[in-house]
Amino acid sequence: MAKITLSRLRHSYLPDPKGPEDYALKEIDLDWQDGGAYALLGPSGCGKTTLLNIISGLVIPSEGRILFDDVDVTELPTDKRNIAQVFQFPVIYDTMTVYDNLAFPLRNRGRDEATVRRRVTAIAEMLEVTELLGTRAANLSPDNKQKISLGRGLVREDVNVVMFDEPLTVIDPHLKWKLRSKLKELHHRVNATMIYVTHDQTEALTFADQVVVMDLGLIVQIGSPVELFERPAHTFVGHFIGSPGMNVLPCELRDGAAFFGDTRIELEGPVTREGKRTEIGIRPEFVSLAEDGLPAKVRKVSDLGRYNVLEAMAGETRIAAVIEGEVPGQGETVHLAFRRDHTRLYADGWLASEAVRG
Amino acid sequence: MKTVNQKAWFFVLPVLALVAFNALIPLMTVVNYSVQETFGDNLFFWQGLDWFEQLLRSDRFHAALGRQFLFTGMILAIEVPLGIAIALAMPRKGFWVPVFLVIMALPMLIPWNVIGAMWNIFTLPGIGLLGYLMNETLGIPYNMTQDPVAAWITVVVMDVWHWTSLVVLLCYAGLVSIPDAYYQAARIDGASSWKVFRYIQLPKMRTVLTIAILLRFMDSFNIYTEPFVLTGGGPGNSTTLLSIDLVKIALGQFDLGPAAAMSLIYFAITLLVSWLFYTLMTREQAK
Repeated sequence: MAKITLSRLRHSYLPDPKGPEDYALKEIDLDWQDGGAYALLGPSGCGKTTLLNIISGLVIPSEGRILFDDVDVTELPTDKRNIAQVFQFPVIYDTMTVYDNLAFPLRNRGRDEATVRRRVTAIAEMLEVTELLGTRAANLSPDNKQKISLGRGLVREDVNVVMFDEPLTVIDPHLKWKLRSKLKELHHRVNATMIYVTHDQTEALTFADQVVVMDLGLIVQIGSPVELFERPAHTFVGHFIGSPGMNVLPCELRDGAAFFGDTRIELEGPVTREGKRTEIGIRPEFVSLAEDGLPAKVRKVSDLGRYNVLEAMAGETRIAAVIEGEVPGQGETVHLAFRRDHTRLYADGWLASEAVRG
Repeated sequence: MKTVNQKAWFFVLPVLALVAFNALIPLMTVVNYSVQETFGDNLFFWQGLDWFEQLLRSDRFHAALGRQFLFTGMILAIEVPLGIAIALAMPRKGFWVPVFLVIMALPMLIPWNVIGAMWNIFTLPGIGLLGYLMNETLGIPYNMTQDPVAAWITVVVMDVWHWTSLVVLLCYAGLVSIPDAYYQAARIDGASSWKVFRYIQLPKMRTVLTIAILLRFMDSFNIYTEPFVLTGGGPGNSTTLLSIDLVKIALGQFDLGPAAAMSLIYFAITLLVSWLFYTLMTREQAK
């Protein structure tokens, strides 16, 4: 177990990177606390797999350092780092039995058979694959294969970190749920640092205590699922997390107040920064129908069972609202009210308002 | 009620005709010859199983069969490990991949009799590159037209040169199909390169390797053109493999009956060994 520090990390797959667009990772500074459950969330191509491979030693970063408990491991080969990684597609050794698969990492490190037996039995029990130990791994179903890949990661007691690279991609939806809660449970039992890479917000938010959101090779925000939902640091996070994503309305700043068209929108508090492009961000959950407010024309209403998602057009801008109870019909004009303490300002994409204290 | 439409048979007819002309009828002709004696003029005399009995007791057949198994065994023992080793050493990505693939494929693209002729000239003691180098420069006596050992070495090396590529290309196809994650996982698991080979690469190559060995067995067991052009079966009978002997009996001595009997036994052996090997390999895999 160890704390992992990434310091001023940059990486480019090109031999001679010129501008920032040549970098898959642009300057990453990050601490992973010992024993934490982290998720690395971002769209495809945002650099999250690169970051993961740098931690595991499969990729050596162009610049910057990686420390495990303040020991520099930047140049250390994978097998010396004592880490475990579970890949998108299950990796199992076809010709071996499940038992031998699980024992493989221990035997390679020269552990005696008694230790091997004790650890393999314990892990098999944890993963509920005890009755499969004698079968040949090639004959397993995909979810069991992925469990074995996972088991090989957990079988060593002293791993610094267990990393998951979109491990549920090939698993059937109904088994995804089971395996996901299994992972959460395992984290509580083995207490290892775990990093879970995914582009699926549900997976990230259910697994992790801390979510690291990445986009275009940069870390956009680090926070608990609630923080990411309530105070997105960037409009990207607002879009990416939540379903439907945050409403983003272009606005103008006049005398310290925000105007959408001619309508003055009350913000949560004072504006902290100004920028070339200013926008108002508000989640659909905090938009409601009112007697008087921003006029908009209803374009679409989707009934999601427990609530309705209403899509209205205010001029050219689309605004979504989550409405419980009675909904207006398509084509009607409604008035929308924004909950003030959740109405935030974004300047050039980044959060630019702060809540009133007290 | 279920009606059976007999017209479907018409669709099978072309295939049936094709197979009949290229396999069934020639094979039946051979069966016909194998139980009769003929002196030409379409005169046939019933012989029963005499040819088969004679052949199975003949020292000449035993000797040729022995040479055949020795030859096939030797080339398999060299080509399979060598092919795997070359496939492992080949680059998996980048500029050199197509270059190596073309170089590997070249020997297989050359007509077989040309290969025999090439190696014949190559090894001639006075003028051939190899023959001259061995005899004149290095002072090692080497003449495959006179020395049976030299003839054997030449025939085997020629086959290795000609056909190792097949094993290489098939194994290579198996190797490139292994996702990177397997190698990464093995590194994380602390596996040595021998274990990577034993537990990742070899299992993934297994299917293609089975095909490679099967093809190399059948082809080398039936080999004719290259050794015939290279040594003509000599010196003496030292490199007279089964097919060369068969042609000598059939066309040289015009003993069509014994030659037909020999063809059938030859065919049966090839079929039996191939079937045994394939069954064993696939049964092991299904476990």
